[in-house]
Amino acid sequence: MSSNRQAEADTFFLSGPQLRAVGLVLPLVAFIGLTFIAPLATMLSRSVYDPVVADALPATLDLLQDWDGVHIPPEPAFEAIARELRRARQERTLGRVATRINRVHGGLRSVITRTARRVREAEGLSWRDTLVGVHAAWDDVQTWHAIRHAGERFTARHYLHALDLERRSDGRIAPRPDEYRVYVSLLWRTLVVSLSLTGLCLLLGYPVAYLIAHAPPQRASLLLLLVLVPFWTSLLVRTTAWIVLLQTQGVINSTLVALGLIADESRLAMIYNMTGTMVAMTHVLLPFMVLPLYAVMRTIPRLHMSAAASLGASTVQAFWRVYWPQTLPGVGAGSLLVFILAIGYYITPALVGGQSGQLISNMIAYHMQSSLNWGLAAAIGGLLLAFVLVLYLVYDRLVGIERMRLG
Amino acid sequence: MPPRGLWEIVGRTAYLVFCTAVFVFLIAPIVVIVPLSFNAEPYFTFTEGMLRLEPAAYSLRWYQNVMGDPEWRHALLNSLFIGLAATVLATTLGTLAALGLTHPALPGRSAIMGLLISPMITPVIISAAGMFFFYSNLGLTQTHLGLILAHATLGTPFVVITVAATLSGFDPNLYRAAASLGAGPLRTFRRVVLPLIAPGVISGALFAFATSFDEVVTVLFMGGLEQRTVPRQMWTGIREQISPAILAVATLLIAFSLLFMLSVEWLRRRAGGR
Repeated sequence: MSSNRQAEADTFFLSGPQLRAVGLVLPLVAFIGLTFIAPLATMLSRSVYDPVVADALPATLDLLQDWDGVHIPPEPAFEAIARELRRARQERTLGRVATRINRVHGGLRSVITRTARRVREAEGLSWRDTLVGVHAAWDDVQTWHAIRHAGERFTARHYLHALDLERRSDGRIAPRPDEYRVYVSLLWRTLVVSLSLTGLCLLLGYPVAYLIAHAPPQRASLLLLLVLVPFWTSLLVRTTAWIVLLQTQGVINSTLVALGLIADESRLAMIYNMTGTMVAMTHVLLPFMVLPLYAVMRTIPRLHMSAAASLGASTVQAFWRVYWPQTLPGVGAGSLLVFILAIGYYITPALVGGQSGQLISNMIAYHMQSSLNWGLAAAIGGLLLAFVLVLYLVYDRLVGIERMRLG
Repeated sequence: MPPRGLWEIVGRTAYLVFCTAVFVFLIAPIVVIVPLSFNAEPYFTFTEGMLRLEPAAYSLRWYQNVMGDPEWRHALLNSLFIGLAATVLATTLGTLAALGLTHPALPGRSAIMGLLISPMITPVIISAAGMFFFYSNLGLTQTHLGLILAHATLGTPFVVITVAATLSGFDPNLYRAAASLGAGPLRTFRRVVLPLIAPGVISGALFAFATSFDEVVTVLFMGGLEQRTVPRQMWTGIREQISPAILAVATLLIAFSLLFMLSVEWLRRRAGGR
């Protein structure tokens, strides 16, 4: 009977129901594949693949393959690098080559560019002496290690870098020197901030969602609007609003001074630091907690609480034993949503975070736009993406992607 | 449930005070911006005159400032153009996909759904970085087309979700009824399906437009001077020299989002009441 009905319903679909359904989905799948998945794949390939040095210095790298890594490389390597650096200079790839070698070993940029500019074949002088004459760094095995390392076409160095690790010249993977370690602590900070924000949003959002869910319909829709207004308001507008409220000459400080609660010269620093990031992000993320909680709570009859009370449970008992367990799907959905959004947040920390309120996303933007170390930006992005993907799968397991609703 | 004792009253009052505080936290920042945008002085606090409600303390100068600025006008045109084009693209593709997704015969539904929703879950900074790498290979950075594609991508999940939600309450017998009355598939879609899912489609389109209209990260990464949008312009304003002109723009955007929100709520109620 049901399959019969099914078949008749499918007369709407011309040539086989499955084909028809797939045909409807296909354009968007292709579009997302091209405009979203392909870009992510490009980013991931950038994080492990870098042909610039390998393409510019093929002969040198070939010779360094057999090098023992302990002694200074033999004469042919000096000749090869001299010729290839000169050629790179003519082909205008030298800058990019020098940057990459410099990233592996700081200070080598000037060595590379100066050598390419000055080196000339000299009668009666070995290539080695010529190069060392241009810069003493050519007499240091570390220089050669850096060149060999930067010449890897496929490399893990961006990921190592993103985890504050490096590969030493003997092939060991070891922590970077203290002064260069930034990313792991930033990842930790991002994790801690995201968890705190999730907790904070749950703490603030749960009671409010409860109030809305069990208010009389008229009042409920009014209260719901109070949550939806910030949800719909432009992110930049909300961030601007917090700057206006929190800055030293802003509304809150001026009010406190006017009320005589603080002295004019001791205005509170509430923005361009972690406080600013936390406050503004809680504001941004709170609706994402309240709305799923509200959606679940709305379906829980108040009768359950009354029944528990009539059976002798105190209000607290009735809440913890009867109400709270039923809201867990909403708690899970809201918390995961807030956490996923928090961990990749960029705009708000960038605008109100100052130095101390930056998160890992700001580092991606920094390497994309300022340092132009795109391989490293891609690697940090890859780590973050993997993390979010895991959370996404957890979300799917716990809540189900198909049950995702908006507002 | 009448309160049973003193503690209940105290607890209930504390609870209501707490909730009120949270509501104030949610709304106050947005409300505060509005009067400040009419400040006659270039300050971000209420001047004495404003507090005494003197008409002279208020002015439209920041609004005139914004309206007269060719950069802001250019940004608005860009935002509208990119937003509308992205919305049309996202709504068309998203609606079709939602029709396919809610069809019982679709194989691998949850995997496809997961794929189609993924642009919404992925942090925008990652999407934008990837798009920058990929689109620059295709020569699409610093073009309007590149941003339209990027924004359409970010907007499609909203369309898919809202339309699929409307379709979940859809009675498949209606297809049969339409077919038995002699309507072909296209006619059935236009006359039966579309009117029923219209609220979902329009909500989805509004979501998609709002997404594009508020998006700044892909514009930062991929847009050039010619592609500056309103949020991009605000970004510069906030970073470089925050002037009350920003507050005027912010107030206009608040009015704009209120309009959007009320439309979506109205549509939702219309769809829900069916």
